[in-house]
This record gives sequence, structure tokens and C-alpha cells, in this order.
Amino acid sequence: MKSLEELKAIRERMQNKVVLREGGAEKRIVVGMATCGIAAGARPVLNTFVEEIANRGLTGTVEVGQTGCIGMCRFEPIVEVFEGDQRVTYIYVDSAKAKEIVEKHIVGGQPIVEYTIGAAEK
Amino acid sequence: MKELSLNILDIAQNSIHAEASLVEILLTETEETLKLEIKDDGRGMSEEFLSRVTDPFSTTRTTRKVGLGLPLLKLAAEQTGGYMEITSRERALHPEDHGTEVTAFFYKNHLDFTPLGDVISTVVSLVQGSPEVDFLFLHEMPERTVRLDTREIREVLGDEVPLSSPDVLVWIRESLVEQYGDGE
Repeated sequence: MKSLEELKAIRERMQNKVVLREGGAEKRIVVGMATCGIAAGARPVLNTFVEEIANRGLTGTVEVGQTGCIGMCRFEPIVEVFEGDQRVTYIYVDSAKAKEIVEKHIVGGQPIVEYTIGAAEK
Repeated sequence: MKELSLNILDIAQNSIHAEASLVEILLTETEETLKLEIKDDGRGMSEEFLSRVTDPFSTTRTTRKVGLGLPLLKLAAEQTGGYMEITSRERALHPEDHGTEVTAFFYKNHLDFTPLGDVISTVVSLVQGSPEVDFLFLHEMPERTVRLDTREIREVLGDEVPLSSPDVLVWIRESLVEQYGDGE
């Protein structure tokens, strides 16, 4: 059984860090998690983003959030990346694409155009 | 939905949307049956809305006028010979004791039973998305019981460390994996 002692250790470790306030992140990744998104495979996508951001030590600068249906169910799983006033909408995202988005867009700063909704609608 | 755990994730979002402070996800299994209960203390529904809530053309969604969450769960239960029922007490009428309870009953040996799937990822996804809401997850099986109560975790963590912190989510996942043992 995982011990509560381990949780206490997590608390102490976190208290020593500067805790980032809501909205303080530079980039925000939002995964559509309504019925349509979930049915299309959004849960593993969300978990991949959460793990990748944590493993790369980006927790302070990149936020991972969930949202409801944005009305384009046929393109789910949909992921939006917000940075400043820029928004990039990725469609048909799976775990492999999620890893690539973290590597190239979040870390590398280059959106992957071929996975965006703009590319699909051409 | 390919897994019942995805229906659970979907339906629990309704509770969060209804401003619940506690969402209970209870799974009770025998060799032949599975009962799923999702209970919340959210704002509840009016009797009028409750009467049409399993109709796909009823939804709280604002982007379009179709909602499939409850109809899909109902279908998943009924196609095994089971049922789904919903009771609700609206906050406006029951200020002290309001909320919604969804119960779905499944016959596991039926050909059309949808496997439960990865409930651990469902719990982790819920906590990640709504760290301010408390969740009680209780899964009773013939051979073991798995339990997670975020109120207990919150008590240890205090106010400063959100439940959505990556280290806490890892702890929650590992705690559940450990409790399920080799059987999951």
C-alpha cells in the first residue's frame, strides 16, 4: 500500500519550490474531453501530455487542461495549444502525435502544420 | 465507448459540471454482475429535465443540441440485460441535500458486456482535470477492494499542493496499480 508518508515527502518537496500560480504558465495545452473526445481516444492523449510535461520538467511553464466539446466532433481527439494570443488546433491526435507535439511545438517552438485543422481542411 | 471506464469518465464530468464538491464512483462486482454508481452533491436536475435526460436530444452542452453521455451508458447496460436509473434532487428545492445519482447494472457474462478497461486512467484524468473536487473511488470485487479518497490525500498535502501536481498524480496511479495487484 502506497504510504501517506510518501505524500508528506511530496508536500515538503513542493513547499520548497516556488509554487506557480494559475495562469502563470507560458503555454497551455487543452484536450477536448467531452463524450465525443473521450470516445475518440482523448484519455490516453491527455495522460501522455501530463506525463511528457512532468518528465521533461516543464510543469512550471506548461499547463495541461481539459475542456468540453468545441463542436467539431468529427475531428476528435482535438488538442489546442495556446501561447500568448496564438492558438494552434491539432486534430485526430493520438499518443504518438502528442509526444511529437511536445517535442517539436512545446519544446522546439515549431507547430506541426500537417497535424493542424488548417492542413486537414485544405 | 470501447471501455466502461470511458463512460465513467464521461458521466463523472456531468457531476463536475454540476458544481459537485464530492463525486463518488462506486463499483460493486460479483462473478456475474457489475453495479456502477456515480453519486454527486452537485446542483441536481429538475424533474422535468430528469424525465428527458436519457434522450440524446437533451443536453447541457451549449455548442450543439445533442448529448450522448447518458444514452451511451444506458445502452451499454441494457445491451447486457441490465438497466440504468437516475435519481436527482435539485438544489433549488433541496438546499441541504441535493445531487444526482446514476446507477447502471450490467451482466458481465453477456456477449455484449463492455469490459471495464483502464479505470485507473479514468480516476487520474478526473483528478488532473478537477483538482478542487473530491473523489471517492471504491471498487469492490469478490477477491479484493480498491479504494481511493482524495479527501485523505488533501488532508496530508494541505492547501498549498494541488492534487493535479504531477508527483501527486503519479502517487495516485501507483497506489491504484498496487491495490489492483496482478489481477488488473
